[in-house]
Amino acid sequence: MTSLLAAAPAAEIAQASGGVLGLSWLMIALPLAGAAILLVGGRRTNSFGHLLGTAMSLASFVVAVLAFFELLGRTAEQRRVGVELFDFIPAGQLDVKMGLLIDPLSISFALLITGVGSLIHIYSIGYMSHDPDRRRFFSYLNLFVAAMLLLVLADNYVGLYIGWEGVGLASYLLIGFWQFKPSAAVAAKKAFIVNRVGDFGLAIGIFTLFATFGTVAYGPIFEHADKASTGILTAVGLLLLLGACGKSAQLPLQSWLLDAMEGPTPVSALIHAATMVTAGVYLITRSNPIFDGAPTAQLAVAIVGAATLLAGAIIGCAKDDIKKALAGSTMSQIGYMMLAAGLGPAGYAIAIAHLITHGFFKAGMFLGAGSVMHAMNDDVNMRKYGGLRKVMPITFITFGLGYLAIIGFPGFAGYFTKDLIIEAAFGQEGVRGYLLGGAALLGAAITAFYMSRLMFMTFFGEKRWDKDAHPHESPPVMTWPLILLAIGSVGGGAFLVLGDRFIHFLEPVVGKPENHHGFNPVAPVGLITLVLVAAGVALAWVMYGRRPVPVEAPRGSFLTVFARRDLYGDAINESLLMRPGQWLTRFAVFFDNRGVDGLVNGLAAGVGGTSGRLRRLQTGFARSYALSMFFGAAIVAGALLLVGNL
Amino acid sequence: MSTLLAAPPGTIPAPTIEYTQLAPMMLVFGAAIVGVLVEAFAPRHLRSAVHVPLTLLSLAGAFALTILLAVDGTRNVAAMGAVAVDGPSLFIHGTILVLAFVSVLLFNERLQFVSQAASVPGSTEEEDSLEEGAVQTEVYPLALFAIGGMLLFSAANDLLAMFVGLEVMSLPLYLLCGLARRRRLLSQEAAVKYFLLGAFSSAFFLYGMALIYGFAGSVDLAKINDALGSASGRDTLLYVGAALLGVGLLFKIGAAPFQAWKPDVYQGAPTPITALMASGTLVAAFGAVLRVFWVALGNLDWDWRPVMWGVAILTMVVGAILAITQTDIKRMLAYSSIAHAGFLLTGVIATGGPAQNEEALSGILFYLVAYGFTTVGAFAVVTMVRDAGGEAGHLSRWAGLGKRSPLLAGVFAFFLLAFAGIPLTSGFFGKYAVFAAAVSGGATPLVIVGVVSSAIAAFFYVRVIVLMFFSDPAPDGPTVDVSSMGTAAVVAVAAAATVVLGVLPQPVLDLADAAAHSLFVR
Repeated sequence: MTSLLAAAPAAEIAQASGGVLGLSWLMIALPLAGAAILLVGGRRTNSFGHLLGTAMSLASFVVAVLAFFELLGRTAEQRRVGVELFDFIPAGQLDVKMGLLIDPLSISFALLITGVGSLIHIYSIGYMSHDPDRRRFFSYLNLFVAAMLLLVLADNYVGLYIGWEGVGLASYLLIGFWQFKPSAAVAAKKAFIVNRVGDFGLAIGIFTLFATFGTVAYGPIFEHADKASTGILTAVGLLLLLGACGKSAQLPLQSWLLDAMEGPTPVSALIHAATMVTAGVYLITRSNPIFDGAPTAQLAVAIVGAATLLAGAIIGCAKDDIKKALAGSTMSQIGYMMLAAGLGPAGYAIAIAHLITHGFFKAGMFLGAGSVMHAMNDDVNMRKYGGLRKVMPITFITFGLGYLAIIGFPGFAGYFTKDLIIEAAFGQEGVRGYLLGGAALLGAAITAFYMSRLMFMTFFGEKRWDKDAHPHESPPVMTWPLILLAIGSVGGGAFLVLGDRFIHFLEPVVGKPENHHGFNPVAPVGLITLVLVAAGVALAWVMYGRRPVPVEAPRGSFLTVFARRDLYGDAINESLLMRPGQWLTRFAVFFDNRGVDGLVNGLAAGVGGTSGRLRRLQTGFARSYALSMFFGAAIVAGALLLVGNL
Repeated sequence: MSTLLAAPPGTIPAPTIEYTQLAPMMLVFGAAIVGVLVEAFAPRHLRSAVHVPLTLLSLAGAFALTILLAVDGTRNVAAMGAVAVDGPSLFIHGTILVLAFVSVLLFNERLQFVSQAASVPGSTEEEDSLEEGAVQTEVYPLALFAIGGMLLFSAANDLLAMFVGLEVMSLPLYLLCGLARRRRLLSQEAAVKYFLLGAFSSAFFLYGMALIYGFAGSVDLAKINDALGSASGRDTLLYVGAALLGVGLLFKIGAAPFQAWKPDVYQGAPTPITALMASGTLVAAFGAVLRVFWVALGNLDWDWRPVMWGVAILTMVVGAILAITQTDIKRMLAYSSIAHAGFLLTGVIATGGPAQNEEALSGILFYLVAYGFTTVGAFAVVTMVRDAGGEAGHLSRWAGLGKRSPLLAGVFAFFLLAFAGIPLTSGFFGKYAVFAAAVSGGATPLVIVGVVSSAIAAFFYVRVIVLMFFSDPAPDGPTVDVSSMGTAAVVAVAAAATVVLGVLPQPVLDLADAAAHSLFVR
């Protein structure tokens, strides 16, 4: 193995000595213990399972906050702290030391995961109160939080991979949580299988890293990344991108996310909006030294992001299922983050900033949608909603704040972070800048349209409720998380972006962006964006606010059908992958039955037949035995003579 | 013997006998003669009571003496060059004595032997003797003679002594084969067949010996080997002689195409005798085969190895394939024994090359211990599964045994897995040791044949397991007789040996290595 680390100098990561940072493994251990207790304890923990799960998540949040403040107390250069845990795989050349890396990037994620995660745990106490399996639900949620924290806190790719698979498992278990629904079981399987494709890419990418650098730890790899050839870095970058596409539902591995809405709504909020699906963005951002050395892979990331942000937005326009419309929106917003991450040092910090604000407003809107569904007998069809703003005021207001944040209404969270992405995209050189920026700009307009459509159909207009629907506001245990998330939706963007606070915070990890001028509220790009957003809202008001919404979905134009069918993503998968796959398995079965089994059975029959025939030589007559001995002796003697005289 | 020939005519020098070094053999033969005297003088009702302790004690004593000799460390040729006392022979003697001891434990149980061998089957005379409660107690001295013959056969250092050992071993076995209490006609047929074919093979051996003497001018194994390098022009004598000598030995181990007697004899003989033959005789015969092909024909290995290749392949394939269609448990085990003889021959071939001599030798020694215990245990189980007409030999009668008697069926299944060479049984390490030696000896194709044969053999072993555990028992199925302490002890010891040699084989492997390391004295 040609290792580039012939003489590896120590990575410039300070080691934690005591303090909260030294105990940061508790962040992972606490929810993991919660999951273990609830799963092993079984029915005996039914009575307090939800409380224990929530407490574990909150405790993990407390540790994260303490670690965050301890990190803030250090100078910027000392904000990368390693925590050695144990020697995980000491096997010859492969020596994986498991440790944690607490730095601005990972602590941001840890705060988001534990913070939003805890709110969603609290919300779920109310949302799942009637479910007999609530305890199992909370154990899976805890498992997810632990795995997700391992993913972002590990200081090496193997630890990341374990967390990566762990969140995949938790996602699978939670999408299929209502196993009795065949659609949920199928959706869980689909998510799992599609993610396998991406995980292959990630795994092979990690293998390639190990083959090139002789280690899987971040420190030495990033330090020596510039010594590896561009070809290797491009290959690794594309493989990591494949993994990111699977986990973050980016084209072409997006098809599972819409089906994943079969899971309980808190799951959709936590895993399939706020945290897990952003793991791809984390992977790209974390691996920034690799992508910086591979411009081709970086461009691929940006293109995938731009394409997905448009595809998700278009899908969001045509969905009548409130959760699927939000899922399309999630795809689209993650597309923005990928686009930003693909812009290099100019975009990493913005991508993560948007990721965090998106975590707030999208989780808030998903929980709001859950609150609406809770009120409407779990009906998800927006065509049967209408006029809910009066009966569910808290849900309406918090949802409305999230809505303003996502469309980029001035002052709200999304306004700051999304504008920065659009600006950064236009900041690229030449045609590339116009294409990527144009896509981002167009996406902003479509976002305004479909989110306004959702708002109008749900909260405005006349009532189109089913007869047995008696909508009511949700209990406080569900509305308080909504309120807290709404605060983040309002102020998060300004807090992070104004004064470049977050960009400076992340500088030790992703570097200093070039020609960054800080946020400019009257930049031409920003003004154009506002105009387009206003146009989108106006169009939605004309189509859905002013006119009555039909309860039965109209047939719609070609474009609507195209969007309703998820841009024919499933059809493409089916005809390109599933059918040929089925033919291949059919052929394999045929070959196995006729070819392999035929050979094996034929062989067995042949041996058996030979046995039956040979058996007749055993006549039972001593004379024939003696004769066979005689001939045998003759042959042995003859053979020995022959061999001896050769 | 050569000293005799070299002595001036007219004077016969008094032979020197190293009594201490021959003590184990002497003890066994002496006990056999005492047994004959017991038959002659002791009253009938006391005979069994005297024979059993006499036989067992003499075997145990001989084993103890063998250990003493091994510890003593003297390795030379005793009795005027007739008997070798060296590592391999001591190891083989120890093995034979232990296996014989265990087999003899099966003798006294449950009236295995005929009441009066001379009576015509089905005659009034037979009925009378049965009513009288007569027992043919001569089996004990006969067995001791056979065991003494095995010891001599495997340790003989010249061809004449080897021939004497062969006959002393075989003649009592011919008799013992005909002494089954049930199905006497089958038993007598087996005895006659074994005798006829055994005599035939002895003739081959004797003729081969004569031709070799004609070539080398000596029957001393070492001198024959010396003559291989020097003499020329009489090669035909040598090759034909070696071939015929080989035929006589291959007959005893049941190698194809000289295996035809084995199923018939194993099936017809009383099961304790079958156990003795399948373990003790096989071990002794391999001792003799190794000694002849190593000590006497070692310099000829480039010539005999190709022929032995053919014999080994044929033996493995015939044993494995023919076992598939067997319906009698004892016949199936007989074919299994043929296949195992083929595996062992693979090891014998590996001894041919100079570099891996010791490795192959120690592999064979280990294999013999492992296989010997397992096979005695398997035949002991066969004696316990009984019908109204005696042992339930037909395989269909074994259906559902696992439900009726799970422990016994489980132990038997374990023995079968050991035969098949499944890991964590002794059979695995035995096969591994032999095959590994054969591979490093350049006999890889042979090992491939061996592994394929093992795969075929696994089929019929597993088939019996499936039959025992996954079929419903017949309502009038055989009963499992667990009343005998002796048989139960044999099964337990064999099972323990199979486990221990499969889990912790190292001590015995070390012992075999040490024995092989001292090599054969010449």
